[in-house]
Amino acid sequence: MTKEINKEEVERICDLANLEVSEDEKEKFTEELGEILNYIEKLNELETENVRPTAYPVPLKNVLRKDEVGQSLNQKEALKNAPDKISNQFKVPSIMSEEE
Amino acid sequence: MELYNLSISELKNKLSSGEITAKEINETFKKRISEVDEKIESFLELTDQIKDNEKNDNGLLANIPVAIKDNMSFTEGETTCASKILKGYNPPYNATVVNKLKESGANILGKTNMDEFAMGSSTENSAFQKTKNPWDINRVPGGSSGGSAAAVAAGEVPAALGSDTGGSIRQPAAFCGVVGLKPTYGLVSRYGLVAFASSLDQIGPFTRNVEDSALMMNAISGHDPKDSTSVNREVPDYTKFLNEDVEGMKIGIPKEYFDLDIDEEVEKNIRESIEKLKDAGAVVEEVDLLSAEYSLAAYYIIAPAEASSNLARYDGVRYGQRSEKADDIETMFKNTRSEGFGDEVKRRILLGTYALSSGYYDAFYLKAQKVRTLIKEDFERVFEDYDLLISPTSPSTAFELDSEQTPLEMYHQDIFTVPVNIAGLPAISIPSGFDSKGLPIGLQMIGPHFGEGKILQAAYTLEKILDLDLRPDNLEV
Repeated sequence: MTKEINKEEVERICDLANLEVSEDEKEKFTEELGEILNYIEKLNELETENVRPTAYPVPLKNVLRKDEVGQSLNQKEALKNAPDKISNQFKVPSIMSEEE
Repeated sequence: MELYNLSISELKNKLSSGEITAKEINETFKKRISEVDEKIESFLELTDQIKDNEKNDNGLLANIPVAIKDNMSFTEGETTCASKILKGYNPPYNATVVNKLKESGANILGKTNMDEFAMGSSTENSAFQKTKNPWDINRVPGGSSGGSAAAVAAGEVPAALGSDTGGSIRQPAAFCGVVGLKPTYGLVSRYGLVAFASSLDQIGPFTRNVEDSALMMNAISGHDPKDSTSVNREVPDYTKFLNEDVEGMKIGIPKEYFDLDIDEEVEKNIRESIEKLKDAGAVVEEVDLLSAEYSLAAYYIIAPAEASSNLARYDGVRYGQRSEKADDIETMFKNTRSEGFGDEVKRRILLGTYALSSGYYDAFYLKAQKVRTLIKEDFERVFEDYDLLISPTSPSTAFELDSEQTPLEMYHQDIFTVPVNIAGLPAISIPSGFDSKGLPIGLQMIGPHFGEGKILQAAYTLEKILDLDLRPDNLEV
């Protein structure tokens, strides 16, 4: 694990997470994340070579149901909170630019 | 004595004997809210919804007012998770626990304040208001379910629901002098609970005593086909465990936990309470457990990683706020999220994204999941010989508002509560006394998987031994 995280790394993950942060925030996050990642290093004190990972604390597997139509939201309910819509669709700004 | 000092079972008794009416109960609590909430600010929104045709006088919680944390979907009013990004969001469905409360006849009086998206230990990360601790309004109620804890402590409602991912029910319960229970993972449905960390989140009750906690657990527990992580298992009647008896119960005291930094008065008080259980016939022994620091480190990879995935849905497309600066889809996503999320949420999303990103996944997330196995197995080993474990719920009592702790310092507030979520175990925090500033101290009891009965019984016994007076009328609110 890397002990340090630099501003470029923070910029990269901001991109991945679709977050825009100011220069000041970038500095602050770089420092804070560095501190937290440093702390997390202590996991390396534990030997985990042959240990299986735990995803969920309960041993459930493949929880399935019958492929039958049940209750679901109708279109009106689903669109109720839409910031913008046209008839029965969510409306968003342009996805492709002029050149694409 | 004012009705708001009564417990759920006391209210139920007076209702069934005809001594008081449903209307009187409703009015008493609404009046109490109007008198104190301006100062305490537990509630984000009031939603009194008593409708005559929906009254269920025979339900387990018939006519009992309750409050729910604002991360639980309720078709009445807004569900904001105390975030700007969800301001105005009115869910088209109820959380399963909300339906269960309604079926049991409870009257949902409002949505309570919380740390934004349940990320925090003080409720100061709410985008809208800071809830105060009813025992000292210059101090925090704890978090992230601070609103629910404060509402119960102040007598605004006799019970409230919270959610607990790393301690968010238990720690505010300790700070506010109330009982808070986090069930075994999978016992209570998460359907309709806005997800923070899906493998850690659980919903649980805040009440002013252990008996009421058992009643609430009866109301909300049970398998839900709509939550694929909920276990299909018969739910006992939890009130059957309310016996004053710890004779022969084996209680483990984790040595490594008590080796950590704990406020002197808190440690002294917890050890005194443990002695009282010993006097009552419990067998108390020190046990060896992996240091809680490993749980905290694993938690601060797993929880943010899962959160970064769960919060990816807040993009301004289908619900919630959308930025006005949105010429194309990319800027809409970026600006909506950057404007809508607070600092702590951004911090955790970034941490989680980093831990899951290519090149780091194995070193961080996979490693943390393996450590999670070690922690879980370590607890299981101890529970082969012991009925329950005891620790302080929190290393300190309620700290002051605007304490300016670093993120890492704030995370350490949860050092004793986090291991429980990592392993998926049940745990309860009950009031154990007060420090010299008059602030409540919380004692945590951890049980084995589906061992709610054991911790309820031990907690009930200790509660009767300690006989603390925690009535809202004692508060200077």
